[in-house]
Amino acid sequence: MSVERPFSQEILARRRWMGLAARSGPDRLRELLPDLPAHELLRTPEIGAVMVQGRAGGTGTPFNLGEMTVTRCSVRLASGEVGHAHVQGRDRDHARRAAILDALMQTDAAPDLEGKVLSPLAQEEAARRASRAARAATTRVEFFTLVRGEDQ
Amino acid sequence: MYVAVKGGERAIDNAHAWLAEVRRGDRDVPELTVAQIREQMTLAVNRVMAEGSLYDPDLAALAIKQARGDLIEAIFLVRAYRTTLPRLGSSAPVETGAMAVTRRISATFKDLPGGQILGPTFDYTHRLIDFALAAEGADAAEPAMPAVDKVEEVPHVMEFLNKDGLIQSELQEGAQVPDLTREPMELPASRPLRLQALARSDEGFLLSLAYSTQRGYGRTHAFVGELRIGTVAVEMEVPELGFPVEIGEIELTECETVNQFTGSKTEPAQFTRGYGLVLGQSERKAISMSLVDRALRWRELGEDFSGAPAQDEEFVLMHADNIQATGFLEHIKLPHYVDFQAELELIRKLRRETEPSDLAAEEQP
Repeated sequence: MSVERPFSQEILARRRWMGLAARSGPDRLRELLPDLPAHELLRTPEIGAVMVQGRAGGTGTPFNLGEMTVTRCSVRLASGEVGHAHVQGRDRDHARRAAILDALMQTDAAPDLEGKVLSPLAQEEAARRASRAARAATTRVEFFTLVRGEDQ
Repeated sequence: MYVAVKGGERAIDNAHAWLAEVRRGDRDVPELTVAQIREQMTLAVNRVMAEGSLYDPDLAALAIKQARGDLIEAIFLVRAYRTTLPRLGSSAPVETGAMAVTRRISATFKDLPGGQILGPTFDYTHRLIDFALAAEGADAAEPAMPAVDKVEEVPHVMEFLNKDGLIQSELQEGAQVPDLTREPMELPASRPLRLQALARSDEGFLLSLAYSTQRGYGRTHAFVGELRIGTVAVEMEVPELGFPVEIGEIELTECETVNQFTGSKTEPAQFTRGYGLVLGQSERKAISMSLVDRALRWRELGEDFSGAPAQDEEFVLMHADNIQATGFLEHIKLPHYVDFQAELELIRKLRRETEPSDLAAEEQP
């Protein structure tokens, strides 16, 4: 099953929140979303591996680079919404919380969670990236080719 | 042949208890935490992830602790652990062109969009032991940081050469991506299979092979077109959703080399490419990988096989994995009593046949 591309607004929004939850630190997500609603586990949190692919020459034929640990989970809320998560690492609680967040974002709680959970995660991530880029920028060099004696 | 033996359980238990004790070392010295190894021995952690072929810094740090810092033993632990994991899927190919770079240098172009970014490098250090580090608690001060409102895209350097047709384009071929962790490696190997094997291979072995090409054993005259280190997003198609989502971010090191030419009377000369991509931060290995990748491409580029080890696919691919190598190497220290008994019988028989009188005297002293 594959959804048509380009993606609809709904799918883009869901990709955003699922990505934010997957990239968040497990502890930070727990702080921002401490209380979990009643839910049923459709797939108990499961630790596994995902094969990461690269491309020859960066742009060519795909090849298998190596695996990364990933934990997945699927839940159903009492109100019926189903949430999924695949998160990097081996933290079962992280995967469960991310799946619940995915389900909750499909309910009326979404605007509230956007402010309380997703915006802080997005802002912190942007700040982290900007700070790393700024740090890298301090090491940007200008090389000058010196004129050699025999060229003069 | 290895024949199973029984017995020695108590000796083995005691040996393992002692191992745990020497792992801990002097109890007057505080114990290392996994987080300390992860944060302060990052390049060792990265090597264990790359050669263990599993990206998980906490797990690699724990393996290093358990292995008493023996990195090949730690890689072995990670490899063994990964065999217990179900495969949840395969990612889309990572976009290294969109990498958030912490380091990005080119040895071929000094002026390039995005600039030369040194990052946290050992280059240009004096390689003098810094005795100040022996004193603990002297943390470096946080430098003042310029504000950055927008994270710039840093394009691949090779694309500039590609625009003018000066370098071979990378073609996207092959529907099925071969996976040596699922299917035994078959030779001759396709380039994707070779790249997978090289990416998880032993850094030292790859370094020596790459060095041998520089010294003339399969020379390819490589320039580092670009070396970059940074993080990329990993995206995977999730079947129950029907669309891809980001499942995390990993740090990678990528090296692209520009090598000497192919071409013919009908086709204009072009630079050729070698490619290295490694999990984590490991530029020595990424450069080595791209040199060896290029050397192994002799057949598809219409070059001669000069008999150099780095060109010999079977030699390279069958000996590059340090876990296979160490497994076979170290097994010869395990009991081979029956095997050796047979050899003893044989050598005695041979000696009896050649020098019956001397041997008879030797065996009955």
